Amino acid sequence: MIAVIDYRVGNLTSVMKALRSLGSDPVLTDGPAVVLRADKLILPGVGHFSSTRFLEDRGLKLAIQQRIDAGTPFLGICVGLQWLFAGSTEAPETPGLAAFPETCEKFASGKKVPHVGWNSLSIKPGSRLFAGVPDGSFVYFTHSWRAPVIQDTVAVTEYGEQFTAAAERDNVMGVQFHPEKSGEAGLRVLRNFLELPC
Amino acid sequence: MLTRRIIACLDVRDGRVVKGVQFVDLVDAGDPAELAARHAAAGADEIVLLDITATHEGRGTLLETVRRTAQRLFVPFTVGGGIRTAEEAAAVFDAGADKISINSAAISDPALIGAIGAKFGAQAVIVAIDARRILGAPLSHAEVFVAGGRKPTGRRAVEWAREAEQRGAGEILLTSMDADGTRAGFDCELTAAVSDAVQIPVIASGGAGNAQHFTQVFRAGRADAALAAGIFHFGVADVRSLKAEIQRDGIPVRLPC
Repeated sequence: MIAVIDYRVGNLTSVMKALRSLGSDPVLTDGPAVVLRADKLILPGVGHFSSTRFLEDRGLKLAIQQRIDAGTPFLGICVGLQWLFAGSTEAPETPGLAAFPETCEKFASGKKVPHVGWNSLSIKPGSRLFAGVPDGSFVYFTHSWRAPVIQDTVAVTEYGEQFTAAAERDNVMGVQFHPEKSGEAGLRVLRNFLELPC
Repeated sequence: MLTRRIIACLDVRDGRVVKGVQFVDLVDAGDPAELAARHAAAGADEIVLLDITATHEGRGTLLETVRRTAQRLFVPFTVGGGIRTAEEAAAVFDAGADKISINSAAISDPALIGAIGAKFGAQAVIVAIDARRILGAPLSHAEVFVAGGRKPTGRRAVEWAREAEQRGAGEILLTSMDADGTRAGFDCELTAAVSDAVQIPVIASGGAGNAQHFTQVFRAGRADAALAAGIFHFGVADVRSLKAEIQRDGIPVRLPC
């Protein structure tokens, strides 16, 4: 069972629709019990980093951590990726999961913020998420904070500076862009995740 | 590299596209879902559905149209026209829109911008501004019109764009009423004035006639995106060949797509 975690921000219709179009039957949930039974976890989300506090308050964070430790594939999207880091300067009082020890910061390049639109990916060979996705593919972003490039970065995008468009370490994965809104390339990323062995 | 977006707009009334019925090889030439899918397949970076249904009864039809259209779209999908409250916006999001655009309602109740943004994120709220230059007055005096361009507000477009940004708009959709429908090019000066006044992306609209016009509005108008309806519907240009031309002019666009 694929659980899409609802933490009460933004609009999850598009994510659910994209997963269904790929033949999946995702369950939308805000309950730790469902998370603990899930074979795959997706944490979508647009909005303020502070909204991820809901995950902690509802016991979802603990449940997610347990599933990740047990090897369950996890995909964070947008704020869901940033939450995998230690935190974000957007909400310093709200800690992330800290699967990656670095911190997300606001774009400081003097470019227009938010970074909105289709930007290209520089993909690291061997990534499971990007199997079959051509290097240089365009995907759709909309965000003002960004994750730094780290050892586990598997796709880099440039907007005045380089940032993590996707990170992947074993079963822990995240994408800054919106695969559900990124045409064929995005659907391929979602399909790759859905086809990972549980 | 971040690309400039080409957005295809569908004007819809009572569930039917009212512009763009010239495709001959479509089963249902005026079906929004079919046209949206076709534009996306042809390389449109986003789809905007603008509901111009005047009647209250038509709202139910709109939600059904949005639902059907969203079903087949995997690029960003914006819905605008007649959204007056946060509840109406929520219904449109539920039906599958990624962003909503508000125009008249934002003028009469500017707090609506923040109210929708608080629930769905600022990125999901586009404030649409219909502006007209005032003869003999400086560009900065260009005035905002509402009610489908029928009602002057006495507000200046550049200042309203700035306020909309402060109130939490994610993007500005600026339509030049002077240029709209002329196919003689976007109002690059007005677009540049608004783009320079805000940090958020500005979508230029009104006047698109050929690829050169897009290049001009991206360069001189400093637009982040440009929207057109007519030229995509009447067979003047398909999005992919338009993008190829713009790319040859040195503007970064999403190609291949």
